[in-house]
Amino acid sequence: MSTSAISPQSVPFGRRLKRLMADRPLIPLVILLVILVVILQILRPGIVNERWIANTIKFAIPLAILAGCQTMTMLTGGIDLSVGTVATISAFIMATQIVNQDPAVAFLLAMMPAVLIGLVNGIGVGVFRVHPLIMTLGTSLIGTGCLQVYQRTVIASGAKIPDFLAWLGTGVTWGFPNALLLFVPLAALIVFTLARTGFGRLLYAVGDNERATRLSGVQYWQVITALYITSSVLAGITGLLYIGLIKAPSLSLAEPLVLPSVAAAVIGGTSIFGGRGGYTGTIIGALILTVLTTLLTILQMPEGARRILFGLIVLFVTAAYLRIVEER
Amino acid sequence: MTTSPLLDASGVAKNYGAVAALRNASLSVLPGEVHALMGANGAGKSTLVKILTGAVPANAGRILIRGEARDIRSPAAARRAGLLPVYQEPSLIPDLDVLSNLRLTSTPVEPFRAWVRELGILDLDLRDTARDIPLAVLRVLDLARALAVEPDVLLLDEMTAALPANLAEKVLEVVRRQGDSGRAVIFISHRFVEISALCDRATVLRDGETVGVVDIVPGVEEKIVELMLGTRIVKTHVAARSAAEKAAPAPSSPRIAVHNLRVGTKLGDVSFDLADGEVAGVVALEGQGQDELFAALAGSIRPSGGTIEVDGQPVKFAHPIDAIRAGIAYVPGDRSEALAMQRSVRENIALPFSAAFRNWGPINMRRERATVIGAIERLQIDTRAQGEVQRLSGGNQQKVTIARWIAADARTILCFDPTRGIDVGTKQEIYKLLRELAGNGKSVLFYTSELEEVQRVCDRVIVIFGGKLVDIFPVEEADEPALMRAAYGLPRGAKADIGILADPTAHASDAPEARP
Repeated sequence: MSTSAISPQSVPFGRRLKRLMADRPLIPLVILLVILVVILQILRPGIVNERWIANTIKFAIPLAILAGCQTMTMLTGGIDLSVGTVATISAFIMATQIVNQDPAVAFLLAMMPAVLIGLVNGIGVGVFRVHPLIMTLGTSLIGTGCLQVYQRTVIASGAKIPDFLAWLGTGVTWGFPNALLLFVPLAALIVFTLARTGFGRLLYAVGDNERATRLSGVQYWQVITALYITSSVLAGITGLLYIGLIKAPSLSLAEPLVLPSVAAAVIGGTSIFGGRGGYTGTIIGALILTVLTTLLTILQMPEGARRILFGLIVLFVTAAYLRIVEER
Repeated sequence: MTTSPLLDASGVAKNYGAVAALRNASLSVLPGEVHALMGANGAGKSTLVKILTGAVPANAGRILIRGEARDIRSPAAARRAGLLPVYQEPSLIPDLDVLSNLRLTSTPVEPFRAWVRELGILDLDLRDTARDIPLAVLRVLDLARALAVEPDVLLLDEMTAALPANLAEKVLEVVRRQGDSGRAVIFISHRFVEISALCDRATVLRDGETVGVVDIVPGVEEKIVELMLGTRIVKTHVAARSAAEKAAPAPSSPRIAVHNLRVGTKLGDVSFDLADGEVAGVVALEGQGQDELFAALAGSIRPSGGTIEVDGQPVKFAHPIDAIRAGIAYVPGDRSEALAMQRSVRENIALPFSAAFRNWGPINMRRERATVIGAIERLQIDTRAQGEVQRLSGGNQQKVTIARWIAADARTILCFDPTRGIDVGTKQEIYKLLRELAGNGKSVLFYTSELEEVQRVCDRVIVIFGGKLVDIFPVEEADEPALMRAAYGLPRGAKADIGILADPTAHASDAPEARP
């Protein structure tokens, strides 16, 4: 390639590429995603088709929404480990209450624990200054315990998956997964909130320098409480979507998504120390993780080796990405 | 002792992204000299120091130490090469006590103790947590820590900024003696008085380039200013305040009235008024309760007694938002306390707009842009690196902290030492801005650690000593000797000092170093 020869300035191509990637951190992520898809296609020619894409997106969406919870909390220097439990609780309550209740009532009942856990998280972190990791881990354990108690009370009534959720979770219309109907507006809302609303600004600012925001009149506890409630509600909605996708209510339905959701946000370029990041990167991070999972599945390795490889790749990608983006 | 330079740097360049902080800087320091490094805001002084001490890597350039090319890759490497910095911001780890901080850098404790005493701090407890030590003392401790390992070249970045007069004097004395003992000191300062008293030569930077090396002789100030400013023409001394800049006519009721304010043990009993259309100066030695006074007025801490009235109404501030709602904005002395460093200039200036819950919704980007640009233009903030505030120079960062409240149109601004460690040009701009604000009917409470600023900016001066109000001067009488006397607790007209010195409540006997 003689790209450097045709460059307008005499800056070497490599440097310009690096500059471009540092300015547009999404580019390396998209490139990585494409590379993974190409590898997949080479290993299994013909696997990448319309059905596969729809399937991948279906599974990436719940992960992407939960990763959105992580993105927003991480912007303030926090984390929300209770999202898995919240999603599970919402899903489980929905599936059991729908048997005897009106769907709207079941929905409200399903979302109540989400709001409550979010509120407790927010007050714990924002008012009592418990570290978010501990706070959300604690509420997550408590929530799981309560769910087990609840399960005994409904054991007789059984569970069913509402048709609407199954349609939303697994259905495909004209090649597009129905879940996009929920996800696209939700993602747009999150991106808009982070970039163009006062609340979004405050998330970044609080994560960057809390004292400065205080001197500017920001009341930390308000921001944090609103944030963790939002995060929990999103997690609750994810639970409803996920039960429509998995179609088998269990007490640990969404738990396996928690750590991948953190990983997706980190791969997407959100700093766990706060103040830096965004949701578009996170979405691509979630897609990367989903494709990676498929890739490792078709390699037909033992489960242990697959996990080792998964961990190594996540570490490598994150490190490499940070190097590219922060090179200035 | 040879006459070849101890340190010889040439052709040093450094880019931060697209912004060139240094283009072609050189610096040559001889053994036994105190060498001033000067330059206007963002000229690249701090960057050069960081490169010399291994804190950031240079993109180009050559550094010779004792004639040997050295590649200083890390602060540890610089230390081994005999180069040690004292940066503008305190470097002790806040959560550790002083002793642990010393161990961290394997600094010998006894020499450190000796230096601390030498530098005029007699009552330091090494078990104190760094967080609880006042800023000025922390800076002196940083210096003592550097001196204790006897570096060949000591780099002092704005060492005397924010130091009260008594500590600053001791520091200068010690620095002078470093030069006498064959070591070298690179001294960054904006205070000509210190430089002419202390330095042998000065290297002047402008826009990342070395534009001159001058011997310090009487009258060299003009030349240095010329070099620093280049083609820009800025008067170094403001003339007497013109009629247009005079304060607007004062209304009948004061904007803020403080009665017998007490805060913890630091602030004992302070009463004063602040009127619309005036700049009231606050003068005090380090740690006399001025921090607490400002914090209480800003709503950051609750007073333990006394009252604050705003426009005649008594107020109780529980959070800075309460003060802001009353139109009172606080610009802290420490810029890192006021800015979200990774965010843009625009977001930092617009931060107060989003603070209240009802403003959490969508932002009117066009209106915000107009307001922010208005403030940026008014303060002439250099926005080349506006993507992240941390890439701005110190002076521009300071401007952003003030611009925020100009944009928010605060009626009263509490400025705590806003000109600390920034260049002459920016200082002038800030003086002018504060006068304009007063001219527009706003009020400003202005604490300064540089006495000469009082006459340039203030209408009245409030002097605090030992947590108590000493005196309130009209500006005509506030010349430096008078302020100095007052800052040491001696009010005007007290010619026979015996009476006040004998009064134990005045704490005047605590200041034996006072030069009456």
